[in-house]
Amino acid sequence: MRRSYPLCFALLLAALGGLLVWSVGAGSVYLSPGEILSALLSPPDGGILWGIRLPRVLAAAILGGALSVSGFLLQTFFANPIAGPFVLGISSGAKLIVSLCMVALLSRGVVISSMALILAAFAGSMLSMGFILLLSRRAPQAGMLVVGGVMIGYICSAITDFVVTFADDANIVNLHNWSLGSFSGVSWDNVALMALVVGAGLLLSLLLAKPMGAYQLGEGYARSMGVNIRRFRVELILLSSMLSACVTAFAGPISFVGIAVPHLVKSLFRTAQPLVILPACFLGGGAFCLLCDLIARTAFAPRDMSISSVTALLGAPIVLYLMASRRGGRGGSL
Amino acid sequence: MRDIKLYTEHLAVGYNGRVLIGDIALSLRQGQIMTLIGPNGAGKSTILKSVIRQLSPLGGAVYLNGRDMAFMSEGEAARRLSVLMTGQIRPELMTCFDVAAAGRYPYTGRLGILSREDREKVSECLELVHAAGLAEQDFTRISDGQRQRVLLARALCQEPEVLVLDEPTSFLDIRHKLELLAILKDMVRRRQLAVLMSLHELDLAQKVSDWAVCVRGDRIDRQGPPEEIFAPEYITDLYGVARGSYSALFGSLELERPPGAPEVFVIGGGGAGIPVYRRLQRQGVPFAAGVLPENDMDFPVAAALAAQVVTEAPFQSIGEAALRRAEAVMGTCRRVLCPLDRFGPMNEKNRLLRELARQAGKLA
Repeated sequence: MRRSYPLCFALLLAALGGLLVWSVGAGSVYLSPGEILSALLSPPDGGILWGIRLPRVLAAAILGGALSVSGFLLQTFFANPIAGPFVLGISSGAKLIVSLCMVALLSRGVVISSMALILAAFAGSMLSMGFILLLSRRAPQAGMLVVGGVMIGYICSAITDFVVTFADDANIVNLHNWSLGSFSGVSWDNVALMALVVGAGLLLSLLLAKPMGAYQLGEGYARSMGVNIRRFRVELILLSSMLSACVTAFAGPISFVGIAVPHLVKSLFRTAQPLVILPACFLGGGAFCLLCDLIARTAFAPRDMSISSVTALLGAPIVLYLMASRRGGRGGSL
Repeated sequence: MRDIKLYTEHLAVGYNGRVLIGDIALSLRQGQIMTLIGPNGAGKSTILKSVIRQLSPLGGAVYLNGRDMAFMSEGEAARRLSVLMTGQIRPELMTCFDVAAAGRYPYTGRLGILSREDREKVSECLELVHAAGLAEQDFTRISDGQRQRVLLARALCQEPEVLVLDEPTSFLDIRHKLELLAILKDMVRRRQLAVLMSLHELDLAQKVSDWAVCVRGDRIDRQGPPEEIFAPEYITDLYGVARGSYSALFGSLELERPPGAPEVFVIGGGGAGIPVYRRLQRQGVPFAAGVLPENDMDFPVAAALAAQVVTEAPFQSIGEAALRRAEAVMGTCRRVLCPLDRFGPMNEKNRLLRELARQAGKLA
C-alpha cells in the first residue's frame, strides 16, 4: 500500500528540525533551546552559536543532503542500489585532486578560494567517474562495478598519502583532518557557497526527475518513450559529480551516506518515484548527517571523531543488507 | 498508400558497422499485424531494434507516417510508436499502475506529473489488457504473463499508431501466450493499430499474422500472406529442420519418423489413428498406416510419421486396389493395431482388413 507522502515529508522535516536544534545546542558548552532562540534573535556575533555551531550544523545538513541526492542519481544511472559517490571512488578522486592542489599551492603561499576547491574536487570526481564508466562498459555486472569503484578509491587514497608525505608540516595537520572527513572549521562564506551550489544541483536534478523515472524501466524503454539518452546520461553524471565534489571540497570524503539514505527514504515512502525521492533524499540526508555529526562530536567529547567513522558504522550495514537482499532476486524493497 | 504507417527503404541493419541484413523493404499498413519469423540469431531482433532506433541503421531509412525517422525528435517518435521488448525488467518499488503510467511520458509536462486525464487513460489501458485488478500490485511480484500484459498496457498508454513487439510471448505459458495474442488482435481491430513483431511460435505466427516476413541470417528471404509462406517445404528449409516435419494446415511440427521397414500396421481414419501414430513414434517403432483417403484427418500425421501410407483418392470409398496394397504391406508387418471402431460404406474395406488381420493372428 501507498504511504501518505505529506506525512512522510512532515516526518523528515520534523527529524531535520529536531536534529538542527539539538546539534546547535549540544557540545562543550550546552545551549538550551531558549538560549538558542534568544541568540538567534540577537544580531550575529562571533559567539559559539553564530561563529561555530550554526555554520557547522548548516554545512552538515546541506552537504548530507547533497551526498544523498548524488547517491540517488548514481543509483539511477547504474541501475544499482549500491552505487554511491564513496563506493564508486568518486569522492576519493575528488580528494586526490584537492590534496594535490592544496599541497602544490599552499606550500607556495597561495591561498585557495572555496570555489577553486570545488572545481578541483569536480575535476577529481570526473576523473574517477571516467574510469568507472570505462569499467562499467567492459564489465557490466553490478558486483564488478562496486569492486572497481573500491579499487579506484584505494588507488586515489594511496596517491593522496604519497602527496601528503611531501606537504609542509603545518599543512599536513589540516590536510589530514580534512581527508578523513569533517564538518569542522566551516565559515559562513563556505556555507553560502555550498548552499548555492547544492541548491542549484537539487533544482537541476528535480528537472531530471521525469527522465529518471522513465530510465528506471531500463534504457531501451526510456529511449522509446522519448528520452534523449545520451544527453540525459551526461546530465546525470555532471550533476552527481558536482554535488559530491561540493561535499568533498568542504568536508572531505564521507562514506556510505549516498547509499544508506536513499534506501531508507525509499523504504519510508515505499516508492522510487524520483520527483518524491529527490527532495526526500535531501531532507533525509541532512538529518542523517546531522545525527552522525552529533555522534562524532559528542560521543567521546572533547575529542572529535571523523564523520566518516560514524557514517560507515551506520551506513555500511545497510549496504551489506542491500547486497544480500539483491542476491535473492526480488530487489531490495521492504 | 495513405494507410501505410511504417515502411523501410533499402534499410541495412547490423552491429558495429558490419551489415548483417541489407536492403530490407517492409511496408506495414494500419490494422495489420506483420510478423518476423526465422531461426534464432537470424536477425529478427536486429531489424526490430533498428526500426525503433535502438540500433542506428547502417543504411537506408525507416519512414513513420511518411517521415524519415532519422530526422524525428525522440518525443515525436514516442507519440507514434511504442514498444514491448523481450528482456525482463525489475523496476524497484513500482506498482503496475506506475509502470503503465510511464507510457504517458510523451504527453506529460516538464516534471512528468500525471493529470487526471492521464490517470484515466492509464486505467483504461490496464482495463484493455485485463490488468485493472493488478494496478496497485508491486510490478516485480506478479507472474510473467501478467507482467507482459502490464507492459503492453504501458505501450498502449503512449497512444501509438505503430506497436513494435520483440518476441512478446517468450517466457509465457500456453494460456498466457494465447491471451496476449488475443488481446493484441482485439487491439488491432479496435484501434486500427499497425503491429510489427517477431514471434518464436510458428503455429501462433501463422494464425495471428496478416503478413509474414522470413528473416534468414543475411537477407529477408521471403514475405507474403501466411497462406503463401507457411508451406511445409519452405518452413523446414527456413529453419533447417532436418529431423522432423512441419504441417502447414495445423502449423504444427512433427518429430522425425522412426527409421526402418514397418513393423506394425495401423488401421486408422477419422482421427482414431493419430494418438497411435504418435505413441509408436515415441517408442521408435517404424509403422505403416492405411487405408486412408487423402482428405482424412489422420492423413497429414501419418504422412509425417509412418514409414509407408496406403491411401485412397479423396472423397472415394476405399477400393479393391487399395485393399490389396494394404494387404501386401500388412503381410510384412509383425503386428496390426486397429484403433478404428466406426465403419460405414466409405471405409468398409478397412473392416475387411481388420478381419484379415484377426485371421492371421496379428491383431493386437
